[in-house]
Amino acid sequence: MKKTLTRVAAALTLAVGLSGAASATECIAPANPGGGWDFTCRTVSKIMFDLGIVPEPIQVTNMAGAGGGLAFAHVVTERNTDEDLFVAASSATATRLAQGAYGGMNADMVRWPASLGADPGVLVVAADSPWKSLSDMVEAVKADPASVTFAGGSAAGGFDHLKVLMALRRGGFDDIRAVKYISLDGGADALTQVIGGHAQVMTGDMSEVVGFLKAGKVRVLAVLNEDRVPGFEDIPTAKEQGFDVVAVNWRGFYLPGGISDAAYDKWVERLMKVAESDAWAEAMAANGLAPFPKFGADFETWVRGNIEEIRALSKEIGVIQ
Amino acid sequence: MDILSNLALGFSVALSPFTLMLAVVGCFLGTIIGALPGLGPSNGVAILIPLAFTMGLDATAALVLMTSVYYGAMYGGRISSILLNIPGDEPALMTTLDGYPMARQGRAGDALVLSGVASFVGAFLATIGLMLLAPLLAEVAFLFGPPEYFALYALAFATLGGLASRNQAKAALAAFIGLGISTIGLDNSTGMPRYTGGNLHLMDGIDFLVAIVGLFAVSEVFVFIERHGVGSAVGVRLGRVTVPFRDILHSGWSMLRATVIGFFAGVLPGAGASLGSFLAYTAEKAIARDGDSFGTGNPKGVAAPEAGNNAAAGGALVPMLTLGVPGSGTTAVLLALLMTLNITPGPTLFTERPEVVWGLIAALLIANFVLLVMNVPMVKLFVRILSVPAGVLLPMVTMVSFAGIYSISGSWFDLILMVAFGVVGWLFRKLDVPTVPIILGILLGGHMEASLRRAMVVSGGDWTYLFSSPIAVGLWIAAVAGFIAPMFLRGLIRRREAPEVVTDGD
Repeated sequence: MKKTLTRVAAALTLAVGLSGAASATECIAPANPGGGWDFTCRTVSKIMFDLGIVPEPIQVTNMAGAGGGLAFAHVVTERNTDEDLFVAASSATATRLAQGAYGGMNADMVRWPASLGADPGVLVVAADSPWKSLSDMVEAVKADPASVTFAGGSAAGGFDHLKVLMALRRGGFDDIRAVKYISLDGGADALTQVIGGHAQVMTGDMSEVVGFLKAGKVRVLAVLNEDRVPGFEDIPTAKEQGFDVVAVNWRGFYLPGGISDAAYDKWVERLMKVAESDAWAEAMAANGLAPFPKFGADFETWVRGNIEEIRALSKEIGVIQ
Repeated sequence: MDILSNLALGFSVALSPFTLMLAVVGCFLGTIIGALPGLGPSNGVAILIPLAFTMGLDATAALVLMTSVYYGAMYGGRISSILLNIPGDEPALMTTLDGYPMARQGRAGDALVLSGVASFVGAFLATIGLMLLAPLLAEVAFLFGPPEYFALYALAFATLGGLASRNQAKAALAAFIGLGISTIGLDNSTGMPRYTGGNLHLMDGIDFLVAIVGLFAVSEVFVFIERHGVGSAVGVRLGRVTVPFRDILHSGWSMLRATVIGFFAGVLPGAGASLGSFLAYTAEKAIARDGDSFGTGNPKGVAAPEAGNNAAAGGALVPMLTLGVPGSGTTAVLLALLMTLNITPGPTLFTERPEVVWGLIAALLIANFVLLVMNVPMVKLFVRILSVPAGVLLPMVTMVSFAGIYSISGSWFDLILMVAFGVVGWLFRKLDVPTVPIILGILLGGHMEASLRRAMVVSGGDWTYLFSSPIAVGLWIAAVAGFIAPMFLRGLIRRREAPEVVTDGD
């Protein structure tokens, strides 16, 4: 009798525990700990709990695989109506959706509530490089495309590669298949190759070059942002040098596609509160992010435009048909 | 003098009763994580990061805990290599080659103590190297471009022949299978998926941990079932643990040479601990007078890879701290930890945050001494965990393998893949095909191919670019020598041995 009671009690505890786990708010970071998506999930989740926007701590789940594809498939097929789930996303998500790299799944299968910040793109040369401006670089490529190697942290056809191609096209260089690009294991690795003279230009994010910039080892030719970045006012934008390129690695979220409009609005409101908080401003400053607030319908429209642009460019360079 | 005052600063930050306790706890957990197949230093550290945050540890305390776990796992990997013939993590792969034969000869205790001392020598000297030379060594990474990296990996594969003493063709076959497996996944040079069959689970390629656990641990289970447990490899008995002073003295130079090789392999981003222990082993085998007995339980074959991989673990911290480039999976996780603590590694870290750098170095030194104490006199404690009867142990190993592999990506696909590797491993044992070269192919093949492809993009397809720098040429010469030398040496040794065989016949 006593045994049965213990068993019932254990079963009850287990059931309560399980249902408790199921109802808790969850943030999926579609990569291993340490990357941009993991940072977005952990920072935003912590701020939401600290500010009392959510009553309980948010559980962060790392679901690495296929550059975010596994998490995307998981959300679409298994969690389509889960209103307590949000997933970290960035320009990389948009790039892969544009190129059909998530097994044919597309951006309409989920909903896009907000982006909170952005890591502006940069084009960087070694400190002893003869090039002082973006046009010096573009002229060198025009004169002899084979003499300039670009190094970035993304795969060929990925976002770092596309930044270079966008800048060159705005500068009037259209033979983009002649552009040499090598893919390294991340921004810092690519910088090492440029400083060592094995490649000429590093393409990446602002946050990746801050340390080397302070040490005086590199020069940023242009930041691919609307305005100069706070804290780095002496670095000119591509725009003011006459190249109309804005390429930022935005940090935001997507939600399951089958949730109600009320739940969607609730998430937009929650994320707005985070974007306005001092804690988020501090987190951005510490990590080299610029503000990039876009919410609700605005953000949905913007993501679609972003994906369209990337798709067109990818077709042109032959990454997709 | 500067270094001494910096070190004093480091110890003042890192040395308190609380951090010492953290170091002991971290080393203990790390050793167990390392010893369990399927759980290596990188997922060990990743699993424990949330623990550091929930405990509300400050930057230094968190670093002490994590580096202790890191070094602990590097030490612990050898335990299951020696006692079970299953590498506890990927850098401990080479230790199976001589460690397990030693254990079969009833010298498990000697092998464990010897490898513990070798681990200490490698890790301790690497930490000293990190302390004295880090800013200087950061420059080495700048010297290595695509052609130099390709030559380095070519060197590794050229010396592969030194591994298999019996059948070179089978070893080569295994290495090619490994290289083939390494091409699965997204090709970074074109952005195209290869051999994935449209399966998202294969987009990132096949994780080497899945292959290691499958080929070694799961196949062991199959063999055990097939033989109904008779003559099982598992369940080596450990006699009295004594310190084998003779072996330690004999392999002293091996340890030092392996430390240097391992340290430099670690300093180069991407190469890491596995390459360090591999090159240390083959180099030692090539120059040892008793090179032919490598693979049959030669103490030097245990000391060299262990000193090599622990030195590489220290070396890998150099590019991580000075460049922000992680040299291995574990340093990538440590890098993430530092960033979460608002510390951005890079060229300015040593000048801007000396208390963090020197606190870390002090923590490494502390962890090393704790581990020496834990792994030499107290090795029996860890062994007891593994010395339960095979019928009990193997199901446990299987369970931990499944849990560990599931924790990598949280997908059942990896589990099925692991069992498939187990079947392949079982089949290869029957065919007497060595499985170590398969793992090396998977571990190094991706890097090797990527550097060749980068070199071809940079040079526009001109292959002479591969020999365009003194470093590259030097590495190629070493590769050719490493490939040819064993053939001649073997001839020489045979000729010398021939008369002995005749007298034996008499």
